[in-house]
Amino acid sequence: MIKLTPRTNPSPWLSLLSPVIAIAATLIIGALIFTVLGYNAGESLYQFFISPLSRLDRISDLVVKACPLIIIALGLVFCYRANIWNIGAEGQFILGALAAGAFALQFPDTTSPLLLPMMILVAMAAGAAWAAIAAICKTLFNANEILVTLMLSYVAALLIDVMVRGPLRDPMAFGFPLTPMYPDAGLISRMPIPGVGYLGQLHYGVLAAFILAPIAWWLMHRTLPGFQVRVIGSAPRAGRFAGFSSVRTTIGVLLFSGAMAGLAGMIEVSANIGQLQPNVSFGYGFTAIIVAFLARLNPLGVIAAGLLIAMAELGGDNAQIALGIPKVVTGLFKGILLFFLLAGATLQHYKIEWTTRKAGS
Amino acid sequence: MAQTKTDKSPLLEAHGITKSFGDFIANDAVNFAIEKGAIHALLGENGAGKSTFVKMLYGVLSPDQGQFIWDGQAVSITSPKAARAMGIAMVFQHFSLFPALSVAENIALALDDAPSLNDLSGRIREASSRWGLAIDPDRPVGDLSVGEQQRVEILRCLLQDPKLLIMDEPTSVLTPQESERLFDVLRLLAKEGCAVLYISHKLDEVMALTSKATILRGGKNVGEVTPAKSSTRAMAEMMVGKEVDWIERQTSGAKTKAPVVFAVSDLSRPADSAFATALNAISFDVHEGEILGIAGISGNGQDELTEALTGEWLCPRSDQIRFQDQAIGRFTPQARRRLAIEMVPEERNGHAAVTEMTLVENTFLTHFDRVTGEGWLNTMRGHPALCEDTTASIIKDHDVRTPHHNPMARQLSGGNLQKFIMGRSLITAPRLMIVAQPTWGVDVGAATMIRRNLLALAAQGCGIILISQDLEEIFSLSTRIAVLNAGHLSPPQAAIDLTAEDVGLLMGGAQSSSSLQHPASEGERA
Repeated sequence: MIKLTPRTNPSPWLSLLSPVIAIAATLIIGALIFTVLGYNAGESLYQFFISPLSRLDRISDLVVKACPLIIIALGLVFCYRANIWNIGAEGQFILGALAAGAFALQFPDTTSPLLLPMMILVAMAAGAAWAAIAAICKTLFNANEILVTLMLSYVAALLIDVMVRGPLRDPMAFGFPLTPMYPDAGLISRMPIPGVGYLGQLHYGVLAAFILAPIAWWLMHRTLPGFQVRVIGSAPRAGRFAGFSSVRTTIGVLLFSGAMAGLAGMIEVSANIGQLQPNVSFGYGFTAIIVAFLARLNPLGVIAAGLLIAMAELGGDNAQIALGIPKVVTGLFKGILLFFLLAGATLQHYKIEWTTRKAGS
Repeated sequence: MAQTKTDKSPLLEAHGITKSFGDFIANDAVNFAIEKGAIHALLGENGAGKSTFVKMLYGVLSPDQGQFIWDGQAVSITSPKAARAMGIAMVFQHFSLFPALSVAENIALALDDAPSLNDLSGRIREASSRWGLAIDPDRPVGDLSVGEQQRVEILRCLLQDPKLLIMDEPTSVLTPQESERLFDVLRLLAKEGCAVLYISHKLDEVMALTSKATILRGGKNVGEVTPAKSSTRAMAEMMVGKEVDWIERQTSGAKTKAPVVFAVSDLSRPADSAFATALNAISFDVHEGEILGIAGISGNGQDELTEALTGEWLCPRSDQIRFQDQAIGRFTPQARRRLAIEMVPEERNGHAAVTEMTLVENTFLTHFDRVTGEGWLNTMRGHPALCEDTTASIIKDHDVRTPHHNPMARQLSGGNLQKFIMGRSLITAPRLMIVAQPTWGVDVGAATMIRRNLLALAAQGCGIILISQDLEEIFSLSTRIAVLNAGHLSPPQAAIDLTAEDVGLLMGGAQSSSSLQHPASEGERA
């Protein structure tokens, strides 16, 4: 029988080496798979790991891609630390985008600088409200939040579809399911890099991701609510003994993660699309779950994890375009990468033991 | 061992069975023998090593040393399946039944070679009428009472034609009437030749049911008695040990003249689940500088009472708990701490302390209210680092041995973690302290230190409620003693008037009126 037993003193060397080993193992297994399937292994791996980092504009695309993942994952980290399994960030993301868009479209001619901050607030409130449904169901009726949040994601996807085809549709869009463009005051503009100028799609929204991560770390480790989340997630009985309310914590983390996902949705549309369409997310809300766990539920680790996952996503796209590798194969490769990263993270803290039942003698 | 008797040859013998978990020796060279067709009791307090012993017998654990002899042959019992194949069956204290499935389906799941459901239903009906265990094989288990569920577990064992049936504290979930019926079944079984190993701490039952009793204390076999020729008093004495340390016994009288600091009146609490204990009209008070010992075998309402006292469970009415003339029955643990009430629950890991957090964080767990500043914003900005100095003082004052200056709670040994948890409370200079099993699983040195700390705290005028099943501890520390049994609390009596046997009898559920002639005037509420 195989058993995982906690290491008493996790080696600091191991935690440094573990991602290196994981990536090396991914390279070896990946090269094998690409070779067996008849692709040039070296070229394939280049598309995955080097190409997304090969040019400054590609790096900026990487950062843009990572931005929503990081913001959503920062919220999810709080949920998962509290043992609340919000897997419906996708729906909260969509609601944020939808509410901010619907709000912006009420003021087509405004040039007010207040529009963007208002949209941020509306988006966060909408994302939080969507998560609040799950919070209410869980705290009042003990409904499983995994099911409620997941199912509400599908409701959200249908809701934005209805709104874009119905009440919010642009009459001038030749029947396409699109809203009018937001007023300029509701758009997030591209961000120039001093001395370089505009780089790819790099926009001011990405700053939010890099500012929010340290704030989230501070919330988690330097405030009483963050402490409550960690205690209740790690030892609920000790939380009750301290006098913390698990109901309030449940509501708090769900509202917080909903607001973060809503914010990410608003930024994504205002910076990259400029109008609402039936699909605004491309699975960011689900991918962010992986980011949160890859970061080992540490808000600062979310930045690195978000960039890594974004790289795997972009690398997969590159490989499909450049070498015609099917999507399932790039998906498989991403899966292998995650497997080794998570296995490495686990084995840092646990060791494998083969136990055999001792015969009594 | 006695092998000379003609028809009473031992069915099972154990020679020098030893089992330890880390430094803790759960079974220390236990010798044991049970005869064919006998009802044999295994008697002992909680933690005496009964469960460890039968788990080895049933193949759940394997002994470090020693030998089992089954029907004259040396055997090693490697798994429950192997035990069942030999003819050993066991009914656990906590059932493992699926509520949504029928009786027959549940039994089919447990059998190593299950026949078709129809055949099985027939066999169940047959067995249930033969043994007087009325049960309908087609009913879903979720609809059955706890007593009926136990019958399912017993039937499941009987269908395997066992030669030895192990029953682990079977009456802990039964009403007295159900217990009587169970005893009839067991007597019938024994008559048919199946030996029954009956594990219990209830003396009356052992007296009524069993022909022999082996008594375990501290992992050792301390003797074998024939209940018919012995008395509950004698067995209680063996169970709890004669040599109770009387040296530090408190003199009563003086302390009860001090003002009452804490009072519980008419506190009842329904059982949350089938395995919880309901609290029944509990009333007591604690005087300043007094240690009130609440004895009793765990599972008799200790957890439920502790939760009510700490505020993890809130009383229906606020005046059911009073502290210095303030009704606090509906105060949260945090609000109670603010009044200088401190509590140390029994379970260290995950209740009194978060194992995966550092000691500084664990200090903050109960100190956050006192280290954060005034006002909402300051409270929100409170974080564990504010407790660094306090933690250092606790570690220093209470001789907490740590691998480095701020380890995780799980890195400490049980004794050191308990010293830390006690110190965390003591450093706040409490006016009332509630401690549950403070020396449970703690090494002797730490236990002595913790007890000395409690006596010193009482000497400073703090009222202490000591909930413990360690009679030696209760007697050496308490001013007055009450016994919690099946959710009832006996009236507290001056410790000086009580003997270990008196308390042992109350713990075993004997009637207090017949066994105790001492007047209870001192302990009753004024």
